[in-house]
Amino acid sequence: MLRIDCLRAIYLDLEKCLVVTIMGALPAELQSLGHRPNFFYLQHAMGLASSTGLGLALCLPQQKIAVLDGDGSLLMNLGSLSTLARYKPKNLVHIVFDNESLLSVGGFPTATSTGTDLEGIARAAGIPQTCTVRTVDNFAAAARRAISGEGLQTIVAKVEATGPKAFVTDLGLLENRFQFRRHIQSLAAKSH
Amino acid sequence: MPVSLENSKLIYRALKACGIRLLSALPETWLVHLIQIAEDDPQMTLVRLAKEEEGVGLSAGAHFAGVKSAMLMQNHGFLAAINGIVSFAHLYKIPLLMLISYRGAFGERDPWQTQGGNVTEPLLRAMNIPYSFLEASSYVEKRIAQAHTLAESSLQPVALLLTRDLMWEE
Repeated sequence: MLRIDCLRAIYLDLEKCLVVTIMGALPAELQSLGHRPNFFYLQHAMGLASSTGLGLALCLPQQKIAVLDGDGSLLMNLGSLSTLARYKPKNLVHIVFDNESLLSVGGFPTATSTGTDLEGIARAAGIPQTCTVRTVDNFAAAARRAISGEGLQTIVAKVEATGPKAFVTDLGLLENRFQFRRHIQSLAAKSH
Repeated sequence: MPVSLENSKLIYRALKACGIRLLSALPETWLVHLIQIAEDDPQMTLVRLAKEEEGVGLSAGAHFAGVKSAMLMQNHGFLAAINGIVSFAHLYKIPLLMLISYRGAFGERDPWQTQGGNVTEPLLRAMNIPYSFLEASSYVEKRIAQAHTLAESSLQPVALLLTRDLMWEE
C-alpha cells in the first residue's frame, strides 16, 4: 500500500477537517494532490503533530481534527498517546502512516520494523478505538468512518517506504501557518 | 507543604485576567496549588502532560484556534521542551507564555535540582527568549500581563521564572 494512494482516497474527506501533518514525505505528497487552507504541515518538531491536534480538538470541540502522523514521529513522543487517551477528544482522528522507516533522512529502519506495534501501544495507552489497515480500501473505509463518526481513534496504516524525490515545496512555513490560523478564524466568523 | 497558596492564587488570577483559558502542566512541588486551582476551575482547560514538550504543540493548537494558553513547568521541563520551542514555536512564530519554576537556584536543598538551576538562564539567553522573574507578590499581576502582551505581539516564547522567594514559605 502506498501512502499517496491512501491520501488520494481520503482527500475529499479531509475537506471537512482541520488537518495537521508531520514533516517530510507526507506533506510533500499531500501538497502534490493540492494544498488547502485547512492543512497545516508541521515541518519539524517531530512528535508534536498529535499534541497540536489535541490542542485544536480541545479548543474547537465542534470541529473535526485529523492528525496525519508517522511511525518515526510518533515514536519520538509516545507519551502523547497517553495524553490523547486521558482527554479522549471525540473530534480527533489520529492516522499513523507506518512505513517502518525514517524515510526522509535516507530510510533508516524504525522500531516498528523489528516488531514494535503502534496500534498495540495506542490501545494499551487507552485510545478507545484502534485498528491497523493494510489495503487502500480498508484504509479509506476506516478513515471515512472515523472522520464522519465520533470518538477518538488511532488508525495505523502500514505503507511502503517510498515517497517523492524532493520534500521542499514552494509553500513557505509561515505562509502556511498564518493562512491556517486565518482559515480557522473565518470558520469561527461563519458559525456566529 | 510550605508552597505559597496565596501567591499561587495571585499567579492564577493574573493568568485569568490575561484571558488564559488553556493551561498545560506537569506537576512539580512548587506548582501543586496552581495545578489544583486550574483543575477546580470550570472555565479552564487543564491538560496534564506526560512530557513538557507536548505543551508546545498544545499551545500552538490553542493559538491556531484563537484560544490563549500558558505552560506551567519546572526548569527541567523547560530543558525537556527545548526542541519543540526551537523547531515549532520559534520556527512558526507561535506565542508561548511559559511559567517556569526556578529550581536549583539560591536556597535549593535538593541536590538533584542544582544542575538545572545552573543552566536555565544561560539557555534562555542562548535561545533569545525574553525572560523575567516573579520574586515579589507586589508586581506579579503586572509582570504576567506584560509577559503575555509581549508573547502575543512578538509571536514568540516568553518566560517568567517563578522563584523560591515567591513560591516557598518557610
